Amino acid sequence: MSIKLFKYVTNFCIKSRVLMKYNLSTSNNEKLIKVTFNKANGEKVTAEGKKGDSLLDVIVNNNLDFDGFGACEGTLTCSTCHVILNQKNYDELPEKPSDEELDMLDLAYNLTDTSRLGCQIVLEEKLDGLEVNVPATVNDARNWPTFHISRHKTFYGFFPSCNIIVYTVFDIFYSS
Amino acid sequence: MRWRYLRHIVRKYSKDNNRFHVGIVGAGPAGFYCAQQLLKTIPGCQIDIYEKLPVPFGLVRYGVAPDHPEVKNVINTFSKTASNEHVRFIGNVTLGRHITLAQLKHSYHAVVLAYGAEEDRKLNINGECLTNVVSATKFIGWYNGQPQNKNIKVDLNAEHAVIIGQGNVALDVARILLTPVDILRKTDITEYSLEALAKSKVKKVTLVGRRGPLQVAFTIKEFREMLKLPAVSTNFYEGQMNTIENVIGDLPRPRKRLMQLMYDASQKLESRGDKSFDILFYRTPISLLGSDKIEGIELAINRLEGDKAVITNEKYTLKCDLAFRSIGYRSIQADPDIPFNRASSIVPQSTGIYSVGWLSSGPIGVIVSTMSNAFQTASLIGKDFEKGLLSDNPKPGYSYISKILKDKDRITIDWNGWTKIDRVEIERGMKRGKPREKIVNVDEMLKIGGT
Repeated sequence: MSIKLFKYVTNFCIKSRVLMKYNLSTSNNEKLIKVTFNKANGEKVTAEGKKGDSLLDVIVNNNLDFDGFGACEGTLTCSTCHVILNQKNYDELPEKPSDEELDMLDLAYNLTDTSRLGCQIVLEEKLDGLEVNVPATVNDARNWPTFHISRHKTFYGFFPSCNIIVYTVFDIFYSS
Repeated sequence: MRWRYLRHIVRKYSKDNNRFHVGIVGAGPAGFYCAQQLLKTIPGCQIDIYEKLPVPFGLVRYGVAPDHPEVKNVINTFSKTASNEHVRFIGNVTLGRHITLAQLKHSYHAVVLAYGAEEDRKLNINGECLTNVVSATKFIGWYNGQPQNKNIKVDLNAEHAVIIGQGNVALDVARILLTPVDILRKTDITEYSLEALAKSKVKKVTLVGRRGPLQVAFTIKEFREMLKLPAVSTNFYEGQMNTIENVIGDLPRPRKRLMQLMYDASQKLESRGDKSFDILFYRTPISLLGSDKIEGIELAINRLEGDKAVITNEKYTLKCDLAFRSIGYRSIQADPDIPFNRASSIVPQSTGIYSVGWLSSGPIGVIVSTMSNAFQTASLIGKDFEKGLLSDNPKPGYSYISKILKDKDRITIDWNGWTKIDRVEIERGMKRGKPREKIVNVDEMLKIGGT
């Protein structure tokens, strides 16, 4: 049993390394496809993906932080990767949505006639420069956390430990 | 006041919020989504998630049907949240029994109640205690290995099963009863229920609803699955589907597609096999018949007045040997101090004590709605924190609660403990060709992962 397992694991490792090499060599020649996501809070995020990647792959591979996006990991059992396209792009997509995809979209917030699930849109060269809107999963506009975090960064950038000192001084003051 | 304000400003802009403690009660999807979002809105806050059972994930583990493994992928995101250094999982602790809300309030700046809606609504009619009248919730808990429901009595040596209710829970029960058992063998369904389902004689399942086709609560994906079940034909009662044909066109898209699918199914007459799935509208159960075991259900025929069902004097009897009630859930008040709204069985938001998921919205909606609700509440907590509405005094967090639990000799399970249980379950499943074989005994779970 354990020998079998060992063989399986080593085989898998070899295979995946081979695959990795293959991927690396092709990706160098291949043109990357650009996609822009317009988030509900007004933020624009541009990322790149390879041909054959889904929009969900683009978000996952680039570590983009979209709240709750792709909860079922692209298995057509939720509607959290809902994106809205413009009519032209929607019509141009080679694959029309399947019944199963439409079933899930029916549960999405802010459903439109040009809505699709990001996990079902597969990138190809002619889609380069694609722009999609990502509707909010929550009904209120959540723009304050982004603002909040960006303030942190500048503060930290200038005086890395200053705020901690100030904090401690006030803490002592307040508690005494 | 001024110092307080300054102190708050400083805290707001310092990344070191680790003196801010949040306690979440319930490790289901609502609790985990809330924790996930809180880590973003209040970076560095300390989150402790309490769970009644030794194991996490609530309805994702014990509610989602075994033949829907994709839906359980959300567990990966939850596990990522739980592995965050600022998140602690404490299993095997019940609010209202081992700890009280007052103790939680003492330990945490914000308490988030996420314990869902565990009680099922009763029909409150004669015969509800007859043998083989089963709560659908408990039945689902039974085949999913929920420890408190592992021993419920259900006799599947029955030909006709009636399910009262027309939501997704009702469809889940119907699908499990009608799916060929060999398909279920490859899922994480418990071994004892597989054995029982293999011997099942159920040939026909009828879904009974008070209102009409336009008011069904199930969603299209679940209904489409019923149409695709091998050797099962879906039937409607004569004359019940004709009325909707004219209104389909005017409905909003989601309803329209579901109604069209139901209408098309009602027009197909060919039989797909020896099993049947029937849908009966406009009936209210008025009594369950039988002397010891259920033998039939007496139904009143309804007519619709607007969106409401009104009982008429006409009656209709449906013979059956097994009945499930699936008419919704209700939340309980786990602790007398919880600001619980008895009329609607929910906990409204208040500063310092928040509710998420079904406890906050009522037991409706798919996982997306729970996620959205949890995110919303988390941003509400963030706003209250911003405004300085939540106490600025230092709070003890888990150190206080852990003392209480230690005094009571309560065995708890941390995240590490759960990963041990998880590993054992997956190993046991592998031997049977399943993704996992759930442990259904709490003592066994504690033995493996307890500290």
